[in-house]
Amino acid sequence: MDWMLLLEWVIKSFVLSLILLGGFAYLTWFERKVLARFQVRIGPNRAGPYALLQPIADAVKLIFKEEFTPARAEKILFFLAPIVTVVPALVVAAVVPWGPDIQIGSYTLRLYIADISVGVLYITAITSIAVYGITLAGWSSNNKYALMGGLRSSAQMVSYELALGFCFVIAILMSGSMRPIDIVDAQRNGWFFLIQPAGAFVFLIATLAEVNRAPFDMPEAEQELAAGFHSEYSGMKFALFFMAEYTKMITISSIAVTLFFGGYLGPFVDQLPFLGPIYMLAKIVALLFFMVWVRATLPRIRYDRLMAFGWKVLLPLTLALVLITAVGILLAQEVNPNLIWITPVISAFAGFFAIGLVDRSLRRKAYAAR
Amino acid sequence: MLNPWMFVGLFLIVGLLIPVAAIVLSALLAPRKPNPIKLSTYECGMETVGDSWVQFKAQYYVFALVFLIFDVETVFLFPWALALNALPFFAVVEGIVFILILIAGLSFAWRKGMLEWV
Repeated sequence: MDWMLLLEWVIKSFVLSLILLGGFAYLTWFERKVLARFQVRIGPNRAGPYALLQPIADAVKLIFKEEFTPARAEKILFFLAPIVTVVPALVVAAVVPWGPDIQIGSYTLRLYIADISVGVLYITAITSIAVYGITLAGWSSNNKYALMGGLRSSAQMVSYELALGFCFVIAILMSGSMRPIDIVDAQRNGWFFLIQPAGAFVFLIATLAEVNRAPFDMPEAEQELAAGFHSEYSGMKFALFFMAEYTKMITISSIAVTLFFGGYLGPFVDQLPFLGPIYMLAKIVALLFFMVWVRATLPRIRYDRLMAFGWKVLLPLTLALVLITAVGILLAQEVNPNLIWITPVISAFAGFFAIGLVDRSLRRKAYAAR
Repeated sequence: MLNPWMFVGLFLIVGLLIPVAAIVLSALLAPRKPNPIKLSTYECGMETVGDSWVQFKAQYYVFALVFLIFDVETVFLFPWALALNALPFFAVVEGIVFILILIAGLSFAWRKGMLEWV
């Protein structure tokens, strides 16, 4: 029996990692197509119908590319850095529930790898490891651009991780649990996005910075740093960095869906459990579209403003949101359950107040002249 | 045998296999013709001067220190947030005071100019 269980989990691990890899490949296709539409182009359209074979062609090309290690680089760390970047991006997905339990005859299929009681803590821990990969890549290349890219990314990811951490605290406050399954279950009466819209929004901004996407793609700012931390990487090792970025986009969207957008919940999901993964996928694709949309819309922001935004806007705002949520939950619990709806109103007000402050400081002449 | 962390470990092994397999595959299939020019450091065509492992901006270090303090305190807030419904009133207020102390610390760092990127 135990060996059966082990076999089941090995199969599930492989299936999940293959889904993530396939998702990565087709996410590149999705991004290129959507970006092209934003810029009134057609985008890739040669390889197969709708260029659906394009990711496969890219993969084959990358496998056959020559790969070399710069003579002055620190060889071992140079080799390890892409692996250290990819593995956490994949492993975070272990705790994300993809659907309710599915009954097949007498057998129950569980749509998650591991049911960890401290799932949220696990997510915070693993996402932090990704910083090492990028910093090591920048440092071991022995290239000035790469070093600056690596340093920038470490400072940036670390700053936005704080806002991310406090958003996790908000989700824990509202669900009273750190198990991802309980957090999803707690959203049956209303997604946490509705109770704490500002928190969900800050979470989305912080995830953009966490996965180094535009407008926070400082570590690889092409115009200033060649390619940033991966200037010296070629062939498969470069592809691994690329893969890490896109898999991280997918996994972190799935975490955002789990924490704030109701996870696999949707109409009729209790009667037809196989709808769970479909809802989950639809929500993830919606968030990925949002990320591409942001990239197509916003220019990259200046580095000092990026740090100022993280430390002086997002961090105080999330601290205030934690307080607001805690007080709202206590009021709802002690006085009247309907008082929970004070939370979205006040937190939305706090969010708009923060936007107003940013707007004012951007308009100030002294700031513009600096 | 049913410990969920075992499955995480299993998934970690699977996750490690993928990048290693990719690197091995390309090492077997890709051409390999290094020459000194190819292996030189790429800095947009300029010849590289000196090492990059020199002193760099101390600002990064300051941010790392401030981060360390706040990150630890986020983790301190996790159990408080988890047990909010079950806590006595005093402990809830204690947690809120803790957050206020955090805000005070942040404004101190702000006032001292630690958050300024120079």
